[in-house]
Amino acid sequence: MRAESLLRDKLLPISTVVLFLIAVWYVAAVFLNAPFERDTAARAGTEIAISDLVRNTMAQERPVLPAPHQVIAEIWDTTANKAITSKRSLVYHAWITLSATLLGFGIGAALGILLAVGIVHNRAMDRSLMPWVIASQTIPILAIAPMIIVVLNAVGIAGLLPKALISTYLSFFPVVVGMVKGLRSPETIQLDLMHTYNASQAQTFWKLRWPSSMPYLFTSLKVAVAISLVGAIVGELPTGAVAGLGARLLAGSYYGQTVQIWAALFMAAALAAVLVMIVGLAHSAVLRRMGARP
Amino acid sequence: MNFPALAGAILFWLLAWALNEWLVRQRFQSRTAASAARFTVPILFGITILVLWEGIVRGFGIPSVLLPAPSMIWQRLVNSLPTLAADFRQTFLKSVLTGYALGCGLGFLVAILIDRSPFLQKGLLPLGNFVSALPVIGVAPIMVMWFGFDWQSKVAVVVIMTFFPMLVNTVSGLAAASHMERDLMRTYAASWWQTLVKLRLPAAWPFIFNALKINSTLALIGAIVAEFFGTPIVGMGFRISTEVGRMNVDMVWAEIAVAALAGSAFYGVVALVERAVTFWHPSIRSGRA
Repeated sequence: MRAESLLRDKLLPISTVVLFLIAVWYVAAVFLNAPFERDTAARAGTEIAISDLVRNTMAQERPVLPAPHQVIAEIWDTTANKAITSKRSLVYHAWITLSATLLGFGIGAALGILLAVGIVHNRAMDRSLMPWVIASQTIPILAIAPMIIVVLNAVGIAGLLPKALISTYLSFFPVVVGMVKGLRSPETIQLDLMHTYNASQAQTFWKLRWPSSMPYLFTSLKVAVAISLVGAIVGELPTGAVAGLGARLLAGSYYGQTVQIWAALFMAAALAAVLVMIVGLAHSAVLRRMGARP
Repeated sequence: MNFPALAGAILFWLLAWALNEWLVRQRFQSRTAASAARFTVPILFGITILVLWEGIVRGFGIPSVLLPAPSMIWQRLVNSLPTLAADFRQTFLKSVLTGYALGCGLGFLVAILIDRSPFLQKGLLPLGNFVSALPVIGVAPIMVMWFGFDWQSKVAVVVIMTFFPMLVNTVSGLAAASHMERDLMRTYAASWWQTLVKLRLPAAWPFIFNALKINSTLALIGAIVAEFFGTPIVGMGFRISTEVGRMNVDMVWAEIAVAALAGSAFYGVVALVERAVTFWHPSIRSGRA
């Protein structure tokens, strides 16, 4: 068997596919934006040459599909050229969303771990709670998001927390499922060993169950952090929020600012990638501390 | 404050809790009694939550604008069945089911197509994993712009949301058959096609059903959220966002109840089909799904 090579097995195929997608995107941009250019030309009573047509489709104010470089220019414009505190800065909006995401993720992860500990140690909780934990996820919580926010606003809880609660609801589920699996992952033989040491339940938990659940925990945390970002973004949609990536999406769709929508989308994607990467790094750091060899 | 309602609810809660604790400690002789107990415990828990909810709402006199009692929601649900049915038809039957079938079908087909090219797999898999972590739901406003307000734009959102989980899971499922088994097929002089149908697809079913289950929830969410960005005057997402604006919170909850029911039923049907198709899998054989 050949050794894995970074260039041949990772970079080359991925960059090929990405380049192909970008090419498709440019072609699609030309085709989707062309009707508008033809209309303008027809209204002006002129024929438009193909070369002009292609060039114009790349530089429309409100294109049906903006060309990649337009989106990148918009991202550059709204991140680097604006003060961070400005309402026009994408960094500002991303920070609003990020803070809700992190708060919700934190609460969700803590809640998930607590529930999992309860489920593993108490049979009644296991039997009664577990089916509902699963059923809770078949409810499209994102659909309830507007109402939760309106209700919480009415009670006087405004700002970060309502959005964070939606993230919490979404992110606790993968953590519960993963942690229950992880805390139960020690084998009988290991549990028996703890038993022969006369270990108390707390000792068994901290010295055996908790360490052996770490890989499961971090795998679910990766899912949880990604999904809690989705929760925060959707939480900003329906209330007519003034700030945040979700608000940028909504404002963009109201005013037909497609470039703005795509820029917000890319920002959200970058945010998700960074968050998942940070959790991944923490994962490998913890595993290394625990003595695992890669 | 209405003390009897509150006290009654709390009493019911304690009783149900005690009953559940007692039930899980029992060792039943007959199989039917044991499985009945297994079903009773979660159902009792669900009923308890409803009773507590009702008791707290009545006990503290919480205004119905904030949190309506379950009984009120139920009344509303029964009274506005035609509206709910129309919304259900628009969102679930038109958008969700079409999008789900198209998205899962496309993901499956693409996975089969790139199966013979390791190069494409290496390029597409990391991307697919990456996209699965992205807030794909954000494309909703763009799709609404491209495909108009009606259900076609929701179908597009659902297709995009369900495509990548299906692709990633099918590709890893097709790789699940071991070398031994593949070598055996080779010694039988089986063609690629025969190996696919007789060995690798059956081995991939658990993975594919995993994706189908994930997608069943994703599809409903995608369709409802896409309706926040513009829709004709019917649909679950539309109803939720407008009734919130009019402070008809009981109607919103009724809609949510329908959505939850539809979502659970959808998931349940997929899970049932999975049991029938992958009856050989250890997780099903031991009786635990």
